[in-house]
Amino acid sequence: MDFNFTEEQTLLREQVSRFLADRYDFETRRRVVASPEGWRPEIWQAFAGELGLLGAALPESLGGFGGGPVETMIIMEEFGKALVVEPYLGTVVIGGGLLKHSGWPQARDLAERIISGEARLAFAYAEHKARYTWRHVETTARRRGGAYVLTGHKAVVIGAPWATHLIVTARTDGDVDSPEGLSLFLVEKGARGLHATDFPTVDGLRASEIRFDGVEVPAENLIGAEGAALPLIEQVIDEATAAVCAEAVGCMRRLHEGTLDYARQRRQFGVPIASFQVLQHRMVDMFMALEQSVSMTYLATLKLGAPPQERARAVSAAKAYVGRSATFVGQNAIQIHGGMGMTDELAIGHYFKRATMIEGLFGTTDHHLSRVETLADAA
Amino acid sequence: MNLEFSPEDESFRQEVRAFIAEHYPPALRGRGESVEGLSKEEILSWHRVLARKGWVAPHWPVEYGGAGWTPVQRHIWEEECARADTIPVIPFGINMVGPVIYTFGTPEQKQRFLPPTLAGDIWWCQGYSEPGAGSDLASLRTQARREGDHYIVNGQKTWTTLAQYADWGFFLVRTDPTARPQEGISFLLIDMKSPGVTVRPIITLGGEHEVNEVFLDNVRVPVENRIHEENKGWTCAKFLLAHERTGIAAVSRSKRGLEKLRAIAREERSGGRPLIEDPFFARKLTELEVDLLALEYTVLRVLASESAGRGPGPESSLLKIRGSEIQQRLTELALEAAGHYGAPYFRGFPEAGGNVPPIGPAYAHRAAPAYFNMRKTSIYGGSNEIQHNIIAKQVLGL
Repeated sequence: MDFNFTEEQTLLREQVSRFLADRYDFETRRRVVASPEGWRPEIWQAFAGELGLLGAALPESLGGFGGGPVETMIIMEEFGKALVVEPYLGTVVIGGGLLKHSGWPQARDLAERIISGEARLAFAYAEHKARYTWRHVETTARRRGGAYVLTGHKAVVIGAPWATHLIVTARTDGDVDSPEGLSLFLVEKGARGLHATDFPTVDGLRASEIRFDGVEVPAENLIGAEGAALPLIEQVIDEATAAVCAEAVGCMRRLHEGTLDYARQRRQFGVPIASFQVLQHRMVDMFMALEQSVSMTYLATLKLGAPPQERARAVSAAKAYVGRSATFVGQNAIQIHGGMGMTDELAIGHYFKRATMIEGLFGTTDHHLSRVETLADAA
Repeated sequence: MNLEFSPEDESFRQEVRAFIAEHYPPALRGRGESVEGLSKEEILSWHRVLARKGWVAPHWPVEYGGAGWTPVQRHIWEEECARADTIPVIPFGINMVGPVIYTFGTPEQKQRFLPPTLAGDIWWCQGYSEPGAGSDLASLRTQARREGDHYIVNGQKTWTTLAQYADWGFFLVRTDPTARPQEGISFLLIDMKSPGVTVRPIITLGGEHEVNEVFLDNVRVPVENRIHEENKGWTCAKFLLAHERTGIAAVSRSKRGLEKLRAIAREERSGGRPLIEDPFFARKLTELEVDLLALEYTVLRVLASESAGRGPGPESSLLKIRGSEIQQRLTELALEAAGHYGAPYFRGFPEAGGNVPPIGPAYAHRAAPAYFNMRKTSIYGGSNEIQHNIIAKQVLGL
């Protein structure tokens, strides 16, 4: 059992941290989020070139540097601390993850374009009526000659406004709820019949509603086996879930240290409010939630290579714990900041908003607790 | 003892329900209880209807324009307004400074300020908190220096709700910097159009413009605008804060909120099934329902003791604590119910291309901003931590 980072991993963290401290301060982030584009292509290029981040967690077989989930965890935690909006999760964790696991013939080619910064991916999987039941898919893909024709509607596709391609889950066969009959497709953003309505999100990102009106997708853009994609979808979502646990840890670190700083310097009744025992205990509770979230994130990350049920249990346990913790730490950070915590001006509220959205991302705490139970029953 | 509403109470309920159905301004119907996005006149339109009927300040003594209702009737009124999703009457005049003026004011002050407050012709804001005086309100530093028949006021207030619409404000100011903090404060009424008054917006977490900073730069305030004696303003402040707390429990609004949340859970789908069929989500609603019952009956007990002549005491801190927790829990569960559609943000990034058409179901549109905004309820009106201290000290004698 080893919880130590390698020298390279420690270096990676330092590089990312230094870069973000330099180029991603909060006021710059605020300005970027309010801009028409909402992101910085030059930052993405820096991730690609200067920092080599886009290949850090991808295997050498795909042209990456041979890292894996631990590298992703490190990068996502640093991104959480800086509230990075650029689409690393969709592109590298989800897109790259699919390329790693699917055995798709064109994987290497797309991976190289990801690593160079040229290709950005968004995951169009969510549907309104499904909520967090991934096998419930109403978007259909019907074979027609050398192509598939996609029809349907994907909800709140995070990062789609900045993406060059979408990864789409669609049903090639079976009932709406059937675990069989799901397939994965790579779709170009500019495809005919693809209609996107772009919008900002409450936590500073951009997303789209995507409508597929008979979008033709070449058959070679089917990723993985037709009708058998659910295990791959679940694996990739688990990897993304572990990654956002790490991002939430980064947010929680800032929420916690920001609260300590504020409480130490805010004086009322002639003393710093940090001297009040009730608040001290609260900040201790926040500390414990944060520390154990770190532990759970390690668990999830290190179990990503385990057999599916073991992996899924670890990831869901982690997400349940981390989601609940992020809510607790976020709410109490605002509370201890008092009125100042309610302002748009301070960074603390923005960390709270991202932490809030992570709770609902890839499943709420309740959803994941149920998943842990279901997997326990099946074991 | 009994929990039944009398036949008279039931016919009162029918009467007020019919009045609301007939007289609630058409322009406000179907919009819900939030005043966000409404103009000042739109917000005042309901106030004016009620003022004409004599129902805008039901709890005021009849001699000053109150409706002479019993506490149970006032509770029924709140329930019927909540049931109809009416916007609230803005509380700063009717619930806060009005009672201070009729309790501590001179006959001239009552005559001058009470009728226009009732009518809605004066919109009040509350100048209490300062950047350095939040929980420790008595440490406030806005100064009022006496010069002949005026005070010259200098300082800064913050978190001043809806000051952007205010005609007048009631301000706590320091008139004796040498005395013990609570003994050097006066209660001044300031015309917001006075030279030297500047209002600056503060944008809050959900993107709202609800609160403001108010800067006072050599503002001249006639001495006759001081309520109660000089340096006795803290008495008025404490009186007002205790009254603020009973209303702040918002039981009826929360009951209506829970009804709406159940409706959302029936509509939202999870794996194709209604979310309400998820036993874990349903259980959370039941827990909330039980907590709300506990709060409701405690409010009724407090109201009953009020009708026996006892004013709101420190146990009203309980109502504030539990009431705010319930409001927060409601918005938290509503955001959870919104699922994926909790993410889109409609307030607008004008630079990002103007208005975005609503995305997803109507119940999701404000779910996240409402959740973020409600974090204020455990902070304002005396933070919940301070409320715990009040109960510990003044109820439990600890």
